Amino acid sequence: MIDALVAVLVLVGSSFMCLAALGILRLPDLLTRMHATTKAATLGVSLIMLGVCLHFAVEAVVARGLAIILFIMMTAPVAAHVIGRAGYFVGTRLWSGTVRDELKPHYDPLNHHLLSGLEEDDGRPDTAASGTRATDDLPGHDAPDPDADRQKG
Amino acid sequence: MIGAAWHLLLGIAWVVLTGDFSGGNLVAGLVFSYLVLALIQPQVPALAGYAQRLPRLVRFVGFFAKELVMANFKVSYDIVTPPWYMKPGVIAMPLKARTEFEIAFVANLISLTPGTLSLDVSDDRRVLYIHAMFLDDEAALRDNLAELERRALALFR
Repeated sequence: MIDALVAVLVLVGSSFMCLAALGILRLPDLLTRMHATTKAATLGVSLIMLGVCLHFAVEAVVARGLAIILFIMMTAPVAAHVIGRAGYFVGTRLWSGTVRDELKPHYDPLNHHLLSGLEEDDGRPDTAASGTRATDDLPGHDAPDPDADRQKG
Repeated sequence: MIGAAWHLLLGIAWVVLTGDFSGGNLVAGLVFSYLVLALIQPQVPALAGYAQRLPRLVRFVGFFAKELVMANFKVSYDIVTPPWYMKPGVIAMPLKARTEFEIAFVANLISLTPGTLSLDVSDDRRVLYIHAMFLDDEAALRDNLAELERRALALFR
């Protein structure tokens, strides 16, 4: 009974990872490829590790198996986010079937400010002072008005 | 946070006092200290709402696992069948999460659910830009994301 469950878990897990590999080959652009690799691979690894936990059923192995699942779940989305974000802002072309892009109009490639589109609500101009982004602004480039920057550049 | 620290401390105290240093005993200690915390919670203001978080956490894990598997099948189906059914696109999602930890947690959860990948947070941290693979039903997708965020934030607040 346990053996059958373990076999199912490992089989389903490895077929998800196979699908992830197939996805990298088949999908048309970088962002959709990131979808396939991170999620399917995460689920695949999790299922295989669950199978391992069930098969050995020893405390030390179960603890390590669950820790592996936890760390994969913590790191995989961060990696996907970083690669996807870098790819997007470097200017990778999106697939021709992409139906909309709400980010593009809010991003200023000259000073790397990303607006939220909600600034008008509270009447406060966005000065991007939160400091989350490693900007490579020139001294005169932190003006909130994107057009001013474009004229300078 | 204080509740979690007390929980761990009581659990370790149980292990030390019983003298049985095994994982199973630690789990037992954590169960007993959870009961203790749930009992004294009405008297201690710092612990308010701590015991209600465990059922919420269990339900959240169940909800998330269901989402993960369902959406994975959807993406897999699109990969193995020759025509593309997907309609990818980048959408802006207003964030209710405020602190850095909450935003990171929500963004990671969104990245983990197949079909959505968090791209970037706007400079004023009010909007999360998400690359979604299936935009054919955008209202349902937005509802789903809002639901995920609401449930995730309920774990910390």
